Amino acid sequence: MIEFLNFYLIPGLVLGSIYALAAAGLSLVYGVMRFAHFAHGELMTWGAYAALLAVGALGISPWLALPVAVLATIPVALAADRAFYAPLRRSAPAVLLISSFGVALMIRALVYLIWGPTPESYARGFTPPLLLGEIRIQQRHLVILGGALLVALAVHLLLSRSRAGRAMRAMADDPDLARITGVPVAGVIRLTWAVSAALAAIAGVFLAVDTELTPLLGFNVLLAAFAAAILGGIGRPWGAALGGLILGVAEELSSYPWIGNAPLLDPSYKTAVAFAVLILVLVVRPQGLFRGMG
Amino acid sequence: MEAALLYLATMLTLAGVYACLALGLNLQWGLTGLMNFGGLGFLAIGAYTAALLTAPESAQPGAAHGGGFGWPWWAAWPLAALAGALLALPVGAAALRLRADYLAIATIGIGEILRLVVRNEDWLTGGPLGVPGIPRPLEGLGEPAGQFAYLGLVLLVAAGLYAMAEATARSPFGRTLRAIREDEEAAKAVGKNPGAFRLAAFALGAACMGLAGAMLAGFFKFMGPDALDPVTATFLVWVMLIAGGSGNNRGAVLGAVLVWAIWAASDFLAAQLPGEAATRAAYVRLFLIGLALQLILLHRPQGLLGERPGR
Repeated sequence: MIEFLNFYLIPGLVLGSIYALAAAGLSLVYGVMRFAHFAHGELMTWGAYAALLAVGALGISPWLALPVAVLATIPVALAADRAFYAPLRRSAPAVLLISSFGVALMIRALVYLIWGPTPESYARGFTPPLLLGEIRIQQRHLVILGGALLVALAVHLLLSRSRAGRAMRAMADDPDLARITGVPVAGVIRLTWAVSAALAAIAGVFLAVDTELTPLLGFNVLLAAFAAAILGGIGRPWGAALGGLILGVAEELSSYPWIGNAPLLDPSYKTAVAFAVLILVLVVRPQGLFRGMG
Repeated sequence: MEAALLYLATMLTLAGVYACLALGLNLQWGLTGLMNFGGLGFLAIGAYTAALLTAPESAQPGAAHGGGFGWPWWAAWPLAALAGALLALPVGAAALRLRADYLAIATIGIGEILRLVVRNEDWLTGGPLGVPGIPRPLEGLGEPAGQFAYLGLVLLVAAGLYAMAEATARSPFGRTLRAIREDEEAAKAVGKNPGAFRLAAFALGAACMGLAGAMLAGFFKFMGPDALDPVTATFLVWVMLIAGGSGNNRGAVLGAVLVWAIWAASDFLAAQLPGEAATRAAYVRLFLIGLALQLILLHRPQGLLGERPGR
């Protein structure tokens, strides 16, 4: 039982909170801009590598490098919007999706050019896990869980309490109505990209702390982030966060030896869990747990 | 002289394979508006189906893969196309009832999962060692005649697929697909079931990609995880179609040939650079395909040959 908690449930919650941040950013963009942003994974990667630069240059911990990651990723999202998405704003969502796919390739190529294909990590060495009775928890896992909670709270306050957040939700609910009632559309779009990029960067750093940095870091969890966003009801950031948490736990629990002594699902097929959840949601409850936009 | 001709034959054979991939994607995206970012998955299932059916039984006991039935190519290739279509059906049935972008997301999953299967299911695919010794059709004619004959075969298949795609586009079926793409509600109002038509178009395109995979396996005479790269199997095909003109079969073929020529030429030039620079050139090229895609979308969204008005 305690092994289940230590080696499956806690890592599941950690992975789930990373997915939650990634999926919330994705869902936010979908809500306001109305297209599936395929470069979100590459924004995560970019943020993680920007933090690596700060860790290397200043000798700080990756947690302290989070602001650097965020500040380095927001301009990339804003620049991509300005150069490529804004001129296509009136095109079909599919065209924007294809365009974001091109942006993903460009960011990925830059990561390869600057940092190369070899996996990297923020810190070498071993930190002993904390022991709370029989519960063992890695220090980094504790920080990720707490950090994700704080970020989620901040985004919640922004969306529900601030004027800008209300404008964002108005855009998501009905863009035309928002426009004629005087919502500053261009400003809301910029803010949406900034929040989404910040969430992506933080999720990227957390993921890189928990695993390692590779140029495909973010792309490898893009499917999971989309599955989580659709599970939660696309366009609903809170739903996406819950969807991410559920998906992360499901992925880790899928390799628990539920029947006999072998893992239920070979760990190398964890990606397949996200895919299975995606297909299941599309068949059973396509609007997601919380009614997403149609 | 002969070396140059053989090199040209190699490039043209691969261009023919790409033309089939682009025609398949054109059936899906160009004609029907379905986004498929899992081209690699459909290529892989076709390639491995053909590989496992046509290869001889694996000789070394340590490096066994499944299959190895030694079938002739003409029996295996149709099954490779069928395998592509069969992979498309369940996923399409789930994802196509809804918005177009859900299919795009689901197809990423297909590509990734097929890559995992290829790498991990050693008993079937040989894992990282792959499937060696795949016979190339018509190689019995000897060197170099066999290579030219294979080029002829690939071009014949590509021409056949082009004719099929043209016939589809002009048929009542193809007109319905365009109608659904342009105005789903209107198509429904005249009694068409958009879901069923989309699924059929998705499966037909996937079959083209499966067949392209079979031709690739025969050309390489080997199929392994390293022969399947999403950059060339998925992304490059999108650039080909968008550049050539989506919705236009001639555009798909033209885009495939032109983009492949540029790609192969840049590969050739990069190979002349010293070691480290050659690796970096590959990344610069990746950046440039992304940029090229953007520039076409912004400045010539219809591609070189736009979609011709419907008849």
